[in-house]
Amino acid sequence: MFELFLNACIAGILLGGFYAAVTIGVSISFGILDIVNIAHPAFIILGSYIAYIININFGVDPILVSILVLPLFYALGASVYQLYYVSFEKYGQEALRGLAFFFGLLFITEVLLILVFGVDYRYVNAPYIDTTFHYSFMDLPLRMVIPCVISLILLVALQLFLTRTFLGRAIMAVAQDQLALQLMAADPIRIKRIAFGISIATAAIAGAFLIVIQPVEPSIGRDYIGRIFAICVLGGLQSLPGMLIGAMLLGIIESITATFYGPSWAPAVSFGLLLLTLAIKPAGLMGR
Amino acid sequence: MSAALLEVTNLSKRFGGFVALDGVSLSVAKGQRVGLIGPNGSGKSTLVNCICGTLHNEAGSVHFEGEALDGMVAHERTHRGVARSFQLPRPFVTLTVADNLRVPLLYTAHVRRGGHLTVAEANDRCAELLGLVGLADKGQKSPKELTQIEMRKLELARAMAAEPKLLIADEAMAGLSQSEVNDIVALLINLNERGITIILIEHIMRAVMSFSQRLVVLVSGKKIADGDPQEVVQHPEVVGAYLGQ
Amino acid sequence: MRSPVFFLVCAAVGIAVFIFGKVLNNDYFFFAGYTVLQYVVLATGWNILGGYTGYVNFGSAAFFAIGAYSSVVLHKTIPLPIPVLVLIAAVISGVIGLGMGYLTLRLRGSFFAIATLALAVVLQTLVVNWDFVGGSRGAYIIRPNTVPIIGSYIEYLFLIMLALAVIALTVARVIERSRLGYGFATIRDDELAAEACGVPTLRLKLIATTLSGALMGMAGAPFPYYIGYLQPSSAFGLEYAVNSIAMPMIGGTTSWAGPLIGAVLLGTLQQLATVTISSAVNLLIVGLLLTGFVIIAPSGILGLVQKYWKGRDVGFVGRRRVSAGGS
Repeated sequence: MFELFLNACIAGILLGGFYAAVTIGVSISFGILDIVNIAHPAFIILGSYIAYIININFGVDPILVSILVLPLFYALGASVYQLYYVSFEKYGQEALRGLAFFFGLLFITEVLLILVFGVDYRYVNAPYIDTTFHYSFMDLPLRMVIPCVISLILLVALQLFLTRTFLGRAIMAVAQDQLALQLMAADPIRIKRIAFGISIATAAIAGAFLIVIQPVEPSIGRDYIGRIFAICVLGGLQSLPGMLIGAMLLGIIESITATFYGPSWAPAVSFGLLLLTLAIKPAGLMGR
Repeated sequence: MSAALLEVTNLSKRFGGFVALDGVSLSVAKGQRVGLIGPNGSGKSTLVNCICGTLHNEAGSVHFEGEALDGMVAHERTHRGVARSFQLPRPFVTLTVADNLRVPLLYTAHVRRGGHLTVAEANDRCAELLGLVGLADKGQKSPKELTQIEMRKLELARAMAAEPKLLIADEAMAGLSQSEVNDIVALLINLNERGITIILIEHIMRAVMSFSQRLVVLVSGKKIADGDPQEVVQHPEVVGAYLGQ
Repeated sequence: MRSPVFFLVCAAVGIAVFIFGKVLNNDYFFFAGYTVLQYVVLATGWNILGGYTGYVNFGSAAFFAIGAYSSVVLHKTIPLPIPVLVLIAAVISGVIGLGMGYLTLRLRGSFFAIATLALAVVLQTLVVNWDFVGGSRGAYIIRPNTVPIIGSYIEYLFLIMLALAVIALTVARVIERSRLGYGFATIRDDELAAEACGVPTLRLKLIATTLSGALMGMAGAPFPYYIGYLQPSSAFGLEYAVNSIAMPMIGGTTSWAGPLIGAVLLGTLQQLATVTISSAVNLLIVGLLLTGFVIIAPSGILGLVQKYWKGRDVGFVGRRRVSAGGS
């Protein structure tokens, strides 16, 4: 029983690492840029399918594929932001219309994927997907360990970028004081575009992780909306370490729930947690 | 001496590490005309926001007519008679200029008067207020068609529409011409003579001096002077604060 | 036009449509028409919160499903006529709307939108795991073939939805022209300034969520009888969330007419597309239209009409008559 619990916790930690990769993009777009991109899961699923196509046809490792298509996703993100800015942000209409815009994007992406790929589950082939390490009673499936490790590396890299480089700090600053940024001769719009591009680029990698961890079909994205925002809210919107803690927490709670109560309750965990946090302490664990 | 209408006691407000207000106390008697000046960033607007309930102060209290306002949401304070105009105009852009004035008439004036206005009364009052600030012919226009100056006048008229006992005008005159400034000062003095207590926050010294019976100076979140306008402007700290800019 | 007159005009138009359908003598008219009218109610309900106050609700499907499942629960315990079911559904979804509002309306609009999404998923998970209503296997509703006087059962359902549509439109119009409508508009435009003007924004927002939730629940109440077999995936279907947002945004969010235009146009379009193309392509079209309109014509069809016909600024409501007294 205890071993079951411990394994659930370990699985939860590994899952949390993955969830952090899924959420990091929204930490940037929502936490720093204040853009409610609920279409982020759509970009992740897109990343999954791209990894799938290239993996199935050329045998390239899916995570490697995602790294190769990073520039593509970055450009996609930059374009989406530009459209968003020109249509909404410039006029202060983000509230209703921006949300509807991203909702539309989410929807269109999902339906297009259904039309092109159908609703069957797709999965990739890689040598580590079926391998599991066993240490005494602990089970460590490689398909979870590798994404988790790479995700942590990604997080550290982004944290360093945001806090140590000029561009990174400009991005952090644009959230707080656009005027001061302009006075420093940096164009806030360009900074935001870069940041959003980075945000969507992370979705490519998260997408590869996703299809490594589990088979994918177009409507999975919707489950992740709750997870992403639950983690963001739990962890506090402008803190990357906080986000990681939130991700781990969610992973552990979901894993324990799934182990002891069954997987059909899983969606309710993240969304319920989100509702609770919003109701009680919207500033999250680390505060905003 | 008239009893204090507004009693601000030891008000403090921080934004993260930045202290916007540091133990500010202020007592405004009924019927007074108070001027509030200070360099940019000294906390004037923060003080207004805390008094009106738009922001929550961490320490200190605000009493209006003897009643503690702490914990009350902004609209409840407006219902009790505290109205303000915003430094950067915030009109309701999907309503006409006249309808902007109708909002406080519908939601506050009835509380202040003890009964709802009829359609005719509301229309009359809108027209009256528009005329008072010089926007008589702009009633049916969208606020997006107004100039900055006209929007400031609308801000002021909208605050007046709430039938306040205490009106806080936050930099209502920025950008106005000399004659327009004189008009607004005359308007405010007129309102004051009808019994409305007014706190005027301004940078235009000429207007402040001609309007105020009492002058309060805020620097870096602290009150450094409070008294007769002529004496205050010669106070060495005040001179230093302004010349040091 | 005063509101009672508006109500009668709507009712008259509705009866004319029904008679037209009877003359046509084609049941498909009533099946398709029911769906379009259902969307009129759903879109109008959504718009009271989303369009009038500016708080986007992504969980419309949840309220629709609450209405549908309350009918299922009652069907399995006490048989009741559908109009009563509609009333009960309105109360239940209204209360849940109120509760959700109370939990989340003190937050910013974007948090509220996310919370509505969360609510929809939580509710769906609860229903899927609730065996009494059939869980994920679903529930059957057996209904009679004909109803005295009116005719076939589908005609009866059509009439009910017609009545609901008339009620929804009248409610929306009454709100628009009342003090409440002004309050909602100020919340949408600038909540901070609204508070400063004395508008009790939280209370108004709660009224909006309650009304909105009630209307959307009402739209769902007859659904199990329409469809005969209710599964969570169909009650909580994505098409409800998308359409209840797309229809008001395409028609125009600032007036009762917008959701009506959007629902009739988009609803009819979808009925045609589902029959001729496929339901996936049909949803794609809706998504594209929504995104396109949001970018290009944010004030919807109504806004375009106002802009070119009356020469007014787009998205601008103009003069309203205010009824004396409060609301």
